[in-house]
Amino acid sequence: MFSLFVIPFCLGVLALLAISVIKYYNWIKGFDRMQQTLVRKNILSWKFLPAIWEMFRECLLHWRITKHNVVLGYMHRSLAFGWFLLIVVGAVQAVLAYPNGHPLYVGIFFNFFEPHHPVAPNAALPFMANLMDALLLYVFTGLTLAMVKMFWSKLLGMKRTTRHNMTDRVAKFALWCIFPLRLLAEGATSALYHNGGFLVVAVGNVMNGLGLAGTVFEYHLWVLYSLALGIFFSLMPFTRYMHIFTEVLLIYFRKMGLRDNDKKSGYTMFELSACSRCGICIDGCPINRELGVTDIQGVYLLQAIRNKDLRNRAESIANMCMVCGRCSAECPVGIDLEPIRRQVRAERVKAIDNPDGLQYLKSLHHFNAVGRVAYFAGCMSHLTPGIPEAMEQIFRAAGQSYWYMDEEGTVCCGRPLQQQGLVREAQALRDRNKSMIKKSKATMLMTSCPICYQSFSKDYKLDIPVMHHSQYIDMLLKTGKIKVEHSDMRVTYHDPCELGRGCGVYDEPRRVVAAAATLIPTHEEREKSLCCGYNLGNISIDGSQQQLIRDAALRNLMEPNPDMIATACPMCKKAMTRGNNAQVNDIAEIIAKQLIEN
Amino acid sequence: MANFGFKISTPRSIDLDNADRTLYEQMLEMVPSYRYCIGCGGCTATCSAGQFTDFNIRKTHFLFSRRQYDKLTTDMLPEVDLNKCMLCGKCSLVCPRGVNTRGLIVEMRKLLLN
Repeated sequence: MFSLFVIPFCLGVLALLAISVIKYYNWIKGFDRMQQTLVRKNILSWKFLPAIWEMFRECLLHWRITKHNVVLGYMHRSLAFGWFLLIVVGAVQAVLAYPNGHPLYVGIFFNFFEPHHPVAPNAALPFMANLMDALLLYVFTGLTLAMVKMFWSKLLGMKRTTRHNMTDRVAKFALWCIFPLRLLAEGATSALYHNGGFLVVAVGNVMNGLGLAGTVFEYHLWVLYSLALGIFFSLMPFTRYMHIFTEVLLIYFRKMGLRDNDKKSGYTMFELSACSRCGICIDGCPINRELGVTDIQGVYLLQAIRNKDLRNRAESIANMCMVCGRCSAECPVGIDLEPIRRQVRAERVKAIDNPDGLQYLKSLHHFNAVGRVAYFAGCMSHLTPGIPEAMEQIFRAAGQSYWYMDEEGTVCCGRPLQQQGLVREAQALRDRNKSMIKKSKATMLMTSCPICYQSFSKDYKLDIPVMHHSQYIDMLLKTGKIKVEHSDMRVTYHDPCELGRGCGVYDEPRRVVAAAATLIPTHEEREKSLCCGYNLGNISIDGSQQQLIRDAALRNLMEPNPDMIATACPMCKKAMTRGNNAQVNDIAEIIAKQLIEN
Repeated sequence: MANFGFKISTPRSIDLDNADRTLYEQMLEMVPSYRYCIGCGGCTATCSAGQFTDFNIRKTHFLFSRRQYDKLTTDMLPEVDLNKCMLCGKCSLVCPRGVNTRGLIVEMRKLLLN
């Protein structure tokens, strides 16, 4: 069973396999030491099972995209799952028809070989032929939606779609050609030999009616189909379609516990290639929505890093970002963009990353706080003195002895430097704060600033618990250490990026607000919350641009016409207090006001 | 030189016509909001590093905008050592003119290094 036309397909598959294996081998070799240890430890563990489930759910069914938009999810699912089933069912069909062995490509070109090579008698074969046609029809519905999306993306829930480069477009064209060519080729065979299922026979009859039937015509269509497959497969490793296999591996590695670090590693390469450039990250981005900058979103960052000619572009893209985390929260592949951005930024500021200038921190005195809660208000809280005051009031009401660690003046937690890629300087700040906390022998660290909270809980690796004040107040309310009077004030809550998407703290501040006032939901909240515009992750935009982003967040919060806006971040509070008639308060201030003295 | 109990000050006038504008122009391109600065000193008053040292952002900005780059590099005074900055962002938040002060500091450090 051989015909010359299968050669382009076979070459394409061989090229795809060879290049993918070489790439994956190099990336796995490029894992850093920690990643290697994790792989060795977990490769044969039970983590394989949930990984397989996630691979099935995300790579084939595209569950996360469906949650984003049902029609968009259907489009991706019908193309991925439909094609996957076409390949699997085709292979089964070939095995049933030729149980004594056959070349692998027969599964793909079954209808061509069937009339010339007698098949084993099997009652399931007509059913399989119809099933194959039904699957092809399923893929066609997705293909139609994909074409509609090209001209009218809003129908599929996307305001903006990705601008693709030339190779991506050629590969997409080849992909789009595969399925119509398959139907035409099978139809032409059916016109001569009357094989195939309902759809193929119908196409064959039309061809007969038009007088198109003929072996030369048929053969040319099979050649074109094989060429389309060959071109697509050989281009795959160099285009966005590399995500098809890479996402599968990425899910497995992520389940093993691998994460991105400060340095670009083999794991980063997997993340870069797992991006399908679907463009879902574009619509949510505040820089796009409010400032109209549409070429700096996650998809373009990853594209620029992957493409050697665009390296310089990557720097400015990475710099423009707010690091609000909205894109990562919406990414259907779950790519963690923040560390990747930081790697690019670090490259840019490598020459000035010099901790010598921070020597003065070493001379600061230490403090003894045995058995007390260390309270780190944070830089920004010093601009909103109401928050530390409210916290002191709450500490007193709860009878908790505390140590106001940065009352005299704050040493930054290090996260702003870290976000800009100045990692050595950030480490110097962390070392100083860590030794101060350690020597004080405090029992717990509590902070009022979500930026500090994220830094202390993730980067410091302290041996005492770290809490944000929303969690701490929630705990005090739960254990009954403080009591508050409920007021009928209507309050909307603003999720700070660093606390919500950054640390997953959504419920505690809401419970705290609900204890003292009536909490009303807003349109875009929790994972979808809008950045206040002043996020420290960005050092490229100025005050007027920050205000535009802030105003959008305020519009969302003011829509239900609340009496007050609550937030849990001094910076969000400071940002939103200006340019707004409504009162903006931190949850600590709301609680302090409603405290019932024992 | 003989000690007369007094000395002649070096002239402090700045010849802006002949000053080297390249770094300043580059900076304006990268941080356009730099030109909005009115030198109010709010940034310096709130500066976290300024609480522990005599670091003075306003002075740094002033020297730079007067193109006195050498005062920021070769004969660097301790109060204009930009490496002291912790990038905490209080200066940006208090700036009444919306100047991107943190961008200014990072870009200035990069420009002065070359």
